[in-house]
Amino acid sequence: MKFGVIQFPGSCDERDALHAASLVGDAVLLWHRDHDLQGVDAVIVPGGFSYGDYLRAGALARFSPLMGEVERFARHGGLVLGICNGFQVLCEAALLPGALLPNTSLRFVCRQVELDVVNADTKWTGACERGDRLSIPAKHQTGRYWAPDPVLDELEANGQVVLRYATGNGFNGSARDIAGVSNRAGNVVGLMPHPEHAVDPLTGSADGLRLFESAALIAAHPTDFTEPTSPSRLRRPAQASAGTGAGGHR
Amino acid sequence: MRARVLIRPKAGILDPQGQAVERALPALGFEGVRNVHVGRLVELDVEDPAQLPAMCEQLLANPLVEDFQIQRPDADGSHQNEGPDDPRG
Repeated sequence: MKFGVIQFPGSCDERDALHAASLVGDAVLLWHRDHDLQGVDAVIVPGGFSYGDYLRAGALARFSPLMGEVERFARHGGLVLGICNGFQVLCEAALLPGALLPNTSLRFVCRQVELDVVNADTKWTGACERGDRLSIPAKHQTGRYWAPDPVLDELEANGQVVLRYATGNGFNGSARDIAGVSNRAGNVVGLMPHPEHAVDPLTGSADGLRLFESAALIAAHPTDFTEPTSPSRLRRPAQASAGTGAGGHR
Repeated sequence: MRARVLIRPKAGILDPQGQAVERALPALGFEGVRNVHVGRLVELDVEDPAQLPAMCEQLLANPLVEDFQIQRPDADGSHQNEGPDDPRG
């Protein structure tokens, strides 16, 4: 299993993501100006402040050359995880539905949050069970998940709401307490909290490792990886189509 | 040609920046202010103004959550709107 972690100017969590990925497989750093994914099995778009959050968070990073490769990779079923700023980048790239808006408090918030696993059938949550509680830190100022109500209904119906802030843990004003979503096929997942910061009990929780272990599980079943619509490893029938569904805005 | 693009949060989406400004004004004695919304202004020189709507759709605004309005200067230098009308009037 080989993870690639993209580094943009302004990324700041790529080292922790590399460390987390290296606990379950090999991990390489990918420079955003390159055109080559170096044969990785999974791509992580890390947290930070790519391009200084200029214009809108994630708006400029999506035009980096490597992001074109990531879009192709994702649309062919490749595993992609966007964390925090990476989630914002994937939404801007329309690989995930919806948008991230400034927290209702307008404040940068850094705290440990409890997350409920809503869908354990995505490629990044397969090592979890539905209803599992994960303790993971969140740290952001622009994490209010928003999509139009009909899109939110569709996401819930499709199982694309992957993680929610547990009752009492929401702090940013996200619609329906959504902390993480997936594309229709479940190979692309984005979340605002930081699983890569929760991989060792020394720092309070190792729950974040489950996401990386989930990806490694998929890589151990390459049929699932190359055939994103294959239902073989899914406990429920797989959704038939790839892509973001109705949520993409471009 | 010089152009301006006004970008604002879509109607119906919570705008905490606008709310914060609206709450601050009475503290300074400015009463009777309602419906404050904070957006962005992008000024740019363009060779082909026909490309402006596409620039807005693809980069300058996020059409899912923001409305945009393109303004181009008249002969007298003042700006005239040519984008969609502000839905809030």
